[in-house]
Order: sequence, then structure tokens, then C-alpha cells
Amino acid sequence: MDWYTVFWKQWRIFKKRFWKIFSSSLVNPLLYLIVFGWGLGRNIQVEGGSYMQFVIPGIIAMTTMNTSYNAVANPLNISRIYYKTYEEYIIAPISSFSVVLGEVLAGSGRGMFAGLIVLLLSFLFGVNFQISPLFILIMFVNSFLFASLGVVAAMVIDSHEDMAMFSSFVIVPMAFLSNTFFSLQNVPEAVSYLIQIMPLTHTAKSLRAISLGMPVPWVSILILPVIAVILFIVAVRITLRVE
Amino acid sequence: MIELKGVTKRFKTVTAVDSVDLTIKKGELFGLLGPNGAGKTTIIRMLTTLALPSSGQIIISGYDVKRELTQVKAQIGVVPQHMNVDNELTVWENLELHGRLYKMPKGKRLGRIEELLEFIEMTDRAHDPCGILSGGMKRRLMMARALLHEPKILFLDEPTVGLDAHSRHKIWNLIRKMNEMDLTVLLTTHYIEEAEMLCHRVALIDQGKLVKMGTPDELKMQVGKIVVEQICNGEVTYQFFSGREAAAEYAANLKGKVIIREANLEDVFVKLTKRKVGE
Repeated sequence: MDWYTVFWKQWRIFKKRFWKIFSSSLVNPLLYLIVFGWGLGRNIQVEGGSYMQFVIPGIIAMTTMNTSYNAVANPLNISRIYYKTYEEYIIAPISSFSVVLGEVLAGSGRGMFAGLIVLLLSFLFGVNFQISPLFILIMFVNSFLFASLGVVAAMVIDSHEDMAMFSSFVIVPMAFLSNTFFSLQNVPEAVSYLIQIMPLTHTAKSLRAISLGMPVPWVSILILPVIAVILFIVAVRITLRVE
Repeated sequence: MIELKGVTKRFKTVTAVDSVDLTIKKGELFGLLGPNGAGKTTIIRMLTTLALPSSGQIIISGYDVKRELTQVKAQIGVVPQHMNVDNELTVWENLELHGRLYKMPKGKRLGRIEELLEFIEMTDRAHDPCGILSGGMKRRLMMARALLHEPKILFLDEPTVGLDAHSRHKIWNLIRKMNEMDLTVLLTTHYIEEAEMLCHRVALIDQGKLVKMGTPDELKMQVGKIVVEQICNGEVTYQFFSGREAAAEYAANLKGKVIIREANLEDVFVKLTKRKVGE
């Protein structure tokens, strides 16, 4: 239960900042829904449905990724390099596993919170799609995966500038290219392979299949927890390490 | 209580700590005195499990820091140089987090937090966010935090750096009180008066090496009790004497500005290393 101490701290902070977090979780997806759903996509048909139906699972995938990654990576990096509150964890008799689990679950919680807001917004927009327990589970695995990546980035990267670089070169491209906003049907094969490497592609694909009532892509669904566990293990190995 | 045997810490290009041997006894208030960059913080970081020695052995309360990390962690409290309280949490929450990290049972945790808030005279600030506290208050909070889990040894790295005179005296009083509560205290400082007024024994550290160790009086006896400082053409020379009379006799024949005063640890440091602590 050591992990709960780390989680507890993030929970206190979440409660304090609730309205800030809530409103900022609202703004981004709302903009995407308006721009891509209403604005650009009004009359487009993609893979046999409306563009809105196509893009919402993509926005959910992207939002859970962004939120869980950012909720962990930046604060943890700053606490390690700048505030040094992270040293409290090193000195305390707590395992690296517990620290990472606490941080990752807190980050996943933030990702889920933001994802559920998007779901809510979509219903308000009157978009017709299905969700199931598996849909929610995939949202969680996706959040867990990117929260773990957040820990890895926070531990490995040694400056705030490089954190921003990592985000620009890895997170942002993934957000836009991973089958989130456009269909992979007309993409050249070589590019398609590249896109398949990105974990978010599998999240978007799985969420979309479920939401449109299409056959579930089991390979994609199984890839996600595997990557999540690998990233989590890497995070545990590099956290609280001293030289 | 604390034992260092040939402790060395090498970074890529520099040797920050160079085979330091040191024994600190139970109940002692011990100071590491030296200029910035002498290696004091690196020593403390190794003692508090934040860094590993490149070679040598560290024993704390009979436990080897390399092999018995968990036991060591329960024995020590740490007040780092950096103000690392969590600004987003309140004073109380910072202490509560620490108590939970050290797995203190709830009843004990709450009682101890109350007790320590009183000790640092911040009971009325318990629910203020730490972001609005002054430097002195944050430092006191860090001391309460370090004491919360009832450690046997307390490490303070530059406990009064950047504080005004009033806050500094408050911190000194707290350190003395803690030491009287049977706590072994090891602190680093580059303030001469802090080492002299507070510490039972002092180790002079320069360029990663232990230069000299002893009580402040012993150290001062090494150079002589009285100093004659002569300022001539912008250059300062020092002569040391065991008594006032000999010093006055010598000073009578000097030209330029002459000061006769009691020796302090700065003089000892200058004599031994040809350098000032403040440099």
C-alpha cells in the first residue's frame, strides 16, 4: 500500500486544482470537436460513417494520452531537477515500484478523467456511438501506458527544454498521425508501417472499432498492455536510482 | 554512530571527496566547515543515501549504507540545502506525506505532527500552502519534517544559508534543542560563527579532504589564541600568539593598521589551507 502515499499526494493536488484541471480538460477536446467535427468534417464520410463518429475515438485516444503523459512527465521532471521534492522519495524507505505505481495510477486517473469528459461532450454533441466495458478498459490501458512513458521521460531527460523537445518530436506527432484524425486506408504502405509502430494507433483503432460496432482488432488490443508493462518496468528500474 | 572509512567520491573529471575518515559519536553536534565546493554537500549526500561513494565504507548506527539501506533510512532525518517542501501542499500536508512515506501509524502520525508544529512554532500556519511561507519558515518546516519519524541522527546541509539574523538564531535554537533531545546532529556550514557557536566538534574540509578536526577551542589552540592582523599596503598578514601580552609587544613595533583580536576558526582555516572559508 506504499503506492497509495504517492497517489494520495497527487489526489490532494487534484482536489485543490479541480476547476483548473476540469476547465483545461474541457477546452482542448472541445476545440477539436468544433474544428474537426463540426467545421471541417461536417459533410465528409469516412469508413462508412460520419466524420464525427470517426474522429471522436481518435480524440479520446489522443486526450487520454496527452493528459496522462503531461500529468506525470512535467511535474515529476520539475520535482526531480528543480524543486528536488523528489529527493524525499529517495531518502524515504519506499520502493521504486511503489513510487512509480503511485505516479502512474495518479496519471492514469487524470487521463481517464479527461477521456470521460470527451465522452460526455460527444453525447452532448449528439454523436451516435457505442461504448462498452472494453472501451473503458482500453482508455485506461492507454492512460497507464503514457503515464509510464511520462515517468521514463521525467527520469531520463535532464532539462526542461529537452522535455519540450521530446514532446514536440514524439508526443505531438503521435497525437496527429496515429489514425486519430484520418483513415489509414489511403495512406502509402511505407507510411502506414511507420504509423503502426506508434502505440496510439492501436488505441485509436481499437476504440473506433468498438464505437462503430465493428469487429474488435484483438492484436492491437493485446499490443497495448504489453507496451504498457514494458514501459512500466523500465520506469521502475530507473526511478530512485542513485549514483 | 557515524563512521566514514576512506570515503571517496569521484565524478567524471573531479574527485569531490578524497578518502575521508571520520567518526561521529552518539549525541554529538558535529560540523563540517569549509568553503563552497569543498565537498561538504557530497559527503552529506553519501551519508543520506542520495549518492553512492566511489570507494570506502560508511557505517550509520552499525548499519552499512551500501548493504543495509532500509535500516539506515529509518535511522536518519535529512534537512537538505535546497528548500524542497512541496509548495502546492499545506504545511500539514507536507508533514502528513512524510509520515505516510515512513509508514507511521495514523494515531502516532497525527500526534507527532501536532507536537512538531508546536516545536517549530508554526501551529497557526498548519493549513497555509507552503508557497506563501518565508524562507525561515520553510526551513523550520523541513526540520520538523526531518524529525517526524523520530530518527536517531539528523543531517542538516547549510541549515541557515540565505536566512536573516533573526531566522538564523531561531534555527540555531532549534538545532540545540534537538541535540539536547538526544539526537546526534551533523551539519555542514560555511559560516564560521555557526560552527563555533553551535558545534561540539568541527572538521575543516577543503578540496574534498579533511584538513583538521577537533573542538573549536582545540582547533584555535593549534594556531594560537590571539591574532595580530597587520594591514599594510593593502596586504594582510597574520601572526598568532598564545597570550595577549606577547601579541601586544609584537604589535607595538608594527607599522600600518594593526588589529589584535581573539583567533577564530577562520584563522585556523587560513593558516592550514592558505585560503579563506568565505572564498
